Amino acid sequence: MLSSMRTLWYTFLHLFQRNVTVSYPEQMPYLAPRYRGRIVLTRDPDGEERCVSCYLCAVACPVDCISLQKTEDEGRWYPEFFRINFSRCIFCGFCEEACPTYAIQLTPDFEMSEYNRQNLVYEKQDLLISGPGKYPDYNFYRVSGLAIPGKDKGEAENERQPIDIRSLMP
Amino acid sequence: MTNFLVDGKPCSAKPDENLLQACLAAGLDLPYFCWHPSLGSVGACRQCAVKQYANEDDKTGHMVMACMTPVTEGARYALADPQAVEFRASVIEWLMINHPHDCPVCEEGGECHLQDMTMMTGHAYRIYRFTKRTHRNQNLGPFIKHEMNRCIACYRCTRFYRDYAGGRDLDVFAAHDHVYFGRHEDGTLENEFSGNLVEICPTGVFTDKTFSARYARKWDMRGAPSVCTGCGLGCNITVNERAGEVRRIVNRYNGSVNGYFLCDRGRFGYGFVNAPERIRTPLMRGTDGKQTAVSRGDAVAHFAALLSAGGRIIGIGSPRASLESNFALRTLVGAANFYPGFSTHEGRLLSLIADILSSGAVHVPSLRDVEQADTALVLGSDLPNAAPRAALALRQAVRGAALALAAKANIPHWQDGGVRTVAGEALSPLFVATPAATRLDDIAHTALRAAPADIARLGFAVAACIDSTAPEVAGLPADVAAQASMIADALLAAERPLIASGVEAGEESIIQAAANIAFALRARGKPVALMLNVPECNSLGLALMTNGQAAFPAALAEPASLVIVLENDLYRRADNTLLDAALAATHLVVLDHSESPTTRCAGLVLPAASFAETGGTLVSSEGRAQRFYQPIFTETDVSAAWRWLGAAGSTAGNHDCAGWATEDDIVAALAHALPRFSALPSAAPPENFRNAGCKISSEPHRFSGRTAMHADRNVREPKPPVSADSPFSTTMEGYYGKIPPALIPFFWAPGWNSVQSVNKFQSEIGGALEGGDPGVRLLETRTEAALPYYAAIPKAFASRHGIWQAVMLPRVFGDDEQSARAAPIRDRTAAPALALNAEDAALIGAAAGQWLACALDGETLRLALEIHPELPRGVAGLTGLAAKAFALPSWVRLTLAGPGAS
Repeated sequence: MLSSMRTLWYTFLHLFQRNVTVSYPEQMPYLAPRYRGRIVLTRDPDGEERCVSCYLCAVACPVDCISLQKTEDEGRWYPEFFRINFSRCIFCGFCEEACPTYAIQLTPDFEMSEYNRQNLVYEKQDLLISGPGKYPDYNFYRVSGLAIPGKDKGEAENERQPIDIRSLMP
Repeated sequence: MTNFLVDGKPCSAKPDENLLQACLAAGLDLPYFCWHPSLGSVGACRQCAVKQYANEDDKTGHMVMACMTPVTEGARYALADPQAVEFRASVIEWLMINHPHDCPVCEEGGECHLQDMTMMTGHAYRIYRFTKRTHRNQNLGPFIKHEMNRCIACYRCTRFYRDYAGGRDLDVFAAHDHVYFGRHEDGTLENEFSGNLVEICPTGVFTDKTFSARYARKWDMRGAPSVCTGCGLGCNITVNERAGEVRRIVNRYNGSVNGYFLCDRGRFGYGFVNAPERIRTPLMRGTDGKQTAVSRGDAVAHFAALLSAGGRIIGIGSPRASLESNFALRTLVGAANFYPGFSTHEGRLLSLIADILSSGAVHVPSLRDVEQADTALVLGSDLPNAAPRAALALRQAVRGAALALAAKANIPHWQDGGVRTVAGEALSPLFVATPAATRLDDIAHTALRAAPADIARLGFAVAACIDSTAPEVAGLPADVAAQASMIADALLAAERPLIASGVEAGEESIIQAAANIAFALRARGKPVALMLNVPECNSLGLALMTNGQAAFPAALAEPASLVIVLENDLYRRADNTLLDAALAATHLVVLDHSESPTTRCAGLVLPAASFAETGGTLVSSEGRAQRFYQPIFTETDVSAAWRWLGAAGSTAGNHDCAGWATEDDIVAALAHALPRFSALPSAAPPENFRNAGCKISSEPHRFSGRTAMHADRNVREPKPPVSADSPFSTTMEGYYGKIPPALIPFFWAPGWNSVQSVNKFQSEIGGALEGGDPGVRLLETRTEAALPYYAAIPKAFASRHGIWQAVMLPRVFGDDEQSARAAPIRDRTAAPALALNAEDAALIGAAAGQWLACALDGETLRLALEIHPELPRGVAGLTGLAAKAFALPSWVRLTLAGPGAS
């Protein structure tokens, strides 16, 4: 009895506290930059696709909602298609954590409801944005040892010039 | 067994093992790089360091390399000693100093031995802050991708390529940390085993170029245990599939057959499964004469109507179709109307081979037995081209002499550097007698060149030298007689002699001569093995099933009302003009997986499954029946040929065809109908095999994209397909652990993502798989069985004026009908050519590269001339003409052809 009265009292007191609910969509909530919302694919500082189609996001995904296929152009790896089924996505952010090139990123946007579930299947053109998003300076191919057009062997960070195997010098 | 202690726990090993092998066999995780069970130890990478203690009181111990340490009775070792652990972590750190930051864009990523070993030692953070050395890559041809930056200099690639496979065009260049593994210049790797570099390399220096083109990670692909369809040897393969496509083929370890290695034809020849010329719907010829797609039901109804119409119905089987499909056709048309789909000549050779091998009079060796042989004679057969994996086994057999010398000097067989130093160039005797040079000549004691008839005579003479009751060869020249007696002496001195020949030798007499030698050695009490190679993956199975029935061209000579062709392109096997006439005069139903001249003639084409869309059983040249399983499960009209035949047969009222619901049913029917195949059901566990109530998962447990890969078509996930014929679940759900060896869908163990994980599945490292090697041998020796000597000795070869005896010179790439459709194999296929001895060429007045006209099978072929100085006079070698091989050997007239269209 006493406990019921106490409960009623506390509930009554809430009448005088500040409202937590906001009038969305007239009033937009603040979302931190690290909020885990809609997933995007970013580009490197040179404007090229960052995704190298390594499949690590797909394997990290606990609901298996990412599917892609690798293709290659002069040594550079790309996804031929990159598909996220957002009707399955749980926005856990594991894909972002797994991504070795900062290509896949979660953004502070959650406004993606659809009447038709099929419309929640996003392809590469739906996911790809034109900027680098977070980590604006990172370019995977500047660090990796692979040669791509515009960056030969030995031109990546912390690399020496390719070895001349016919040289007798030590 | 030798008993010893590791970290205080008792372990035991075979006395001739090294510590690394013993630790792995005991299930311990000890990192290593340069050691390989087939290559032995060289102690180059320093990764497998452990502590060894002198006795119980020794607390300090000293560091030893496990791969270089023979296990000794009562010895004490420690893997977990902190110093050893630190040492191993440091070694990895050094190896990783120059490793490029490119795992995400590396085809080896996720199945990389270097990744596994780095995780195992716990090296996680890079302290080294200086610059990395870099290398330029080479273009190594259509099979292999090269990325030298990733190299950790373990030397496995050159040790495999040069020492094991006998290649010459891959080597190590430069010195110290500049060492470079590649060719002297850009270019295609010539050796037919180059594909194994992909699996031998512990990291991503050599990767599979064909796989990279349609790449997926190892964890993303379904695996199916399968059997290679490239030649008759029946090497075990794993087929990896994703999204309805075969992505790659990797080796599936089978201790008795292929061991760790495959040839490039088998590894890279899978492209025909995904090719555009695949037949995916039933096709029926309409009134307008065009073939149009029809529904499954219409196709079966039409087929059944043709069957019910009566008349003479003949079935033509296929040496590249499974036993099940061949048996289904045999049941449908009746044994008397079932003809093997061999060319007439090939049919004669194969029924001879089937008679010899099934008599029980000789031991039919597995490839492991071939490796154990101490003296070998190859009679007439160009094994490196016709059955490459067998030639690789022979290459290991000749090392027997070196191992014996090493054993005398107390050097264990796995001590690779020591064995090679002490033995030098010592090789066990290998005799090769062929018309043209072979890639075994470099290890042959004697390589003889002669015309086919003379090779047969040599063989008969060897048999006569061994056993005096064998028929003598009259009029043998003195030098040949001396060679024969030298070979006979060597074979008699051997403990495990081996005789090898095969269909590619081209003459019955050569095979008979090989058999005579084997009979003679057996008569002298020698445990001889006789390997008779067959051309296709089920040639021997079909020959055993048809039991001497004449090949199909004889059957087509008489009019038939309906001809049913099973997975066969008849135009590769019989005179094309005769075929045109015979096939036009009858109803023709063809079941095949790809378009061919035969399917284009057919009134009804049924889309049969390739080896990747169905299961089945194949019989290898060893007489080993092996089951292959289905990796691709897409919804199409494609289904196993025996299912089409069963459906049509039961619709037409043939009750024998009615009861085949699953593959086990038809296997049981086959084993019941043909006693020769009674062991067939034991080749693999039945469909209802379960482990802990579960099917076996065919997908790795981290298979990704399940809810997205089909979402572009429909966001609702489709129901997973069901494998009706096998104990596999088609998804990641199911059991994966201790699996019967015939059912291992892929090799993986915790901490061992690379192919090196196979050591967790072996009963002894480099030996049989746990539970026994897959497959069941149908041909076993019986002590009471004996065949009489063959006595039809051919006349000595005499060259004739103006005409040449044309013989087929086989080629690894392009000769096999199926793999020749794969783009990378096509890239390696050379244009057809004609080879002549220099004097013969001079006789026609032709120089190398000039065009010659050669009449064969009613048409005149234009062929570029190659000079092969070793070819005997009067013999012309034809290469790249497998589709015309039915017309060989024959006598041809050669003339100079002017320039012009070929």
